[in-house]
Amino acid sequence: MKVGIVGYGAYVPKYRISVEEIARVWGQDAGSIKSGLDVIEKSVPSLDEDTATLAVEAAKNAFKRAKNVRASDIGAVYVGSESHPYAVKPTAVTVAEALGITPHVTAADLEFACKAATAGIQACMGLVRAGYIRYGMSVGSDTAQSAPGDALEYTASAGAAAYIIGGENLVAEIEGTYSYTQDVPDFWRRECAPYPRHGGRFTGEPAYFEHVIKSSKGLMERLGTKPSDYKYVVFHMPNGKFPLRAAKVLGFTIEQVNPGLVVEKIGNTYSGSSLLGLAAILDIAKAGERILLTSYGSGAGSDSFSIIVTDLIEERRGLAPPVKYYVERKEYVDYAVYARNRCLYRG
Amino acid sequence: MAPPAHWRRAKERYRLLGSKCENCGSIYFPPTKVCPKCRRKGKMVQTEFSGRGKVFSYTIIHAAPKTFEKYTPYILALVELEEGPKVLSQLVDCRPEEVKIGMEVEACFRKLFEQDDEGIISYGFKFRPIDDSWRNKQSQN
Ligand SMILES: [Zn+2]
Repeated sequence: MKVGIVGYGAYVPKYRISVEEIARVWGQDAGSIKSGLDVIEKSVPSLDEDTATLAVEAAKNAFKRAKNVRASDIGAVYVGSESHPYAVKPTAVTVAEALGITPHVTAADLEFACKAATAGIQACMGLVRAGYIRYGMSVGSDTAQSAPGDALEYTASAGAAAYIIGGENLVAEIEGTYSYTQDVPDFWRRECAPYPRHGGRFTGEPAYFEHVIKSSKGLMERLGTKPSDYKYVVFHMPNGKFPLRAAKVLGFTIEQVNPGLVVEKIGNTYSGSSLLGLAAILDIAKAGERILLTSYGSGAGSDSFSIIVTDLIEERRGLAPPVKYYVERKEYVDYAVYARNRCLYRG
Repeated sequence: MAPPAHWRRAKERYRLLGSKCENCGSIYFPPTKVCPKCRRKGKMVQTEFSGRGKVFSYTIIHAAPKTFEKYTPYILALVELEEGPKVLSQLVDCRPEEVKIGMEVEACFRKLFEQDDEGIISYGFKFRPIDDSWRNKQSQN
C-alpha cells in the first residue's frame, strides 16, 4: 500500500526584524553576521500569535489542498514544537478543535527540538499503513525563543507547516523513511527556563552534520538511491550555511538545495523549518520528481524521507498560498516592537 | 472567564459557528436556540461560516479594558459575513490607517486574551484583510 502526502500547508507571520536592527541594539557588526549565517531577516509573530495559532493557519491551508478530505476523516493529529504555549495542556487539541476534527481522533504534542513534526509524519505513516486511520495530520510549528543578545536571536523565528498523510489521493508519495538518533547535549531548555541554551560551536559537527549526513546516507543506502536521483533536497535550516555544507558532503549540488532554502528571509522556524522547505519545493515540483527531506532536532536526531511527486500536485498546489507568498508578505518592526511582541521584557 | 464558561463558548469562537433555521433559512451569529422569526415552527441546526466578509463599520481602540490593553491601538470592526450576520471582532495584520469600510476580510485564528501569565489562553477567530495577490502570481507561472 502506498503512503504519502495528501495535502500540505504553510504559514509565516507577517512581521520581520532585520539582522541589521538586532545588531544595532547589541552593537555588533551586521555585515559579518549576515555573511556568517546567510540570513538577512527573520519572521516575528504578532502579540496574539503563538504556536497553536500558527499551526491552525498552516493546517487550514493543508485542508484546502487536500480538497475532498473531511475533518472527520482525520484520525490522528500531532503537533511538533519546542514552544508549545502550555507546559501542560496539548496544542494538538486546540488545533484539532479549531479544524473541527474532534472528538473521534487521537492527538498528542510531540517534542524533539526542530524535528518533532517529521516524527509525527512517521507516526501517521505507520497508522495509515496499519489501517488504524484513513488520514493523519502532523504540524510543525514554533515561535522560537532566544535570550536577548544571544547569537540565536538573529535567526530564531516563527512559522508552521502542516501535512496531511494518507494512502490515497496523494500529491506526493513517500517511498521510504529512515532515522538516525543519539543522545547529544548540543541544545536544551530546562523546565521553567524561558530561553534555550546551547553548546556554541559544538552544535555543528557532532550534532547537525553527524545526524543530517548519516540519516540521509542511511535512507539512500536502504532505497538504493543516489544524490543524482533527486531533483531537490531539503535539510533543516538553522542558518543558510549548514544545509549547503551538508549537501556538499553528501554530493548534492547547490541547484538541488536552493529551491527549498527558505531561511534567508524568514530565519530558522525550528519545527517548521525543513517542512516549510519541503512545501516550497512542492509549490514548484513536477510529477515524477524526487525529493530528499532530512530534518534535524537537537538532542539529537534526524528523520529522512524519499518523496516522489504525483500528477495530482498540479491541480492541488494552487488551492492555498505558496510559501513564496508568505516569505514576501512582510512588514518590518524595530527592536522595541519586537521585544514587546516576544515579551522579552521579562528577561 | 472561569474554565467552564471558557470551555462552553470555545467551539463557536474557534470555528465561527452559527445557527441556521431550516424552516425559513435565516442564519444567526452568535448561534441561537430558537428562530426569532419562526418561534416554535423553526428547526435550528449548526452551520459553519465561510469566514469571508466585509468591514461594515469600525473604530480604533486606544483605551481598552485591561485584558486587551497590550494590543492598543487596535481596530475593532463590525464585519458583515457573506452569509449575512454581523460579527464584532478585532481586525489584525492591518494598520489603523489602512482599514476602510467595505474592505474584504477573512477569519483567522488568534489568541483572544490571557487571564494572566498562569491562566487559560482563550483562542478564537479575528479578521484580517483578504490578500489574493498570490492567486494571480501563481496563474502567471
Ligand atoms: Zn426560522
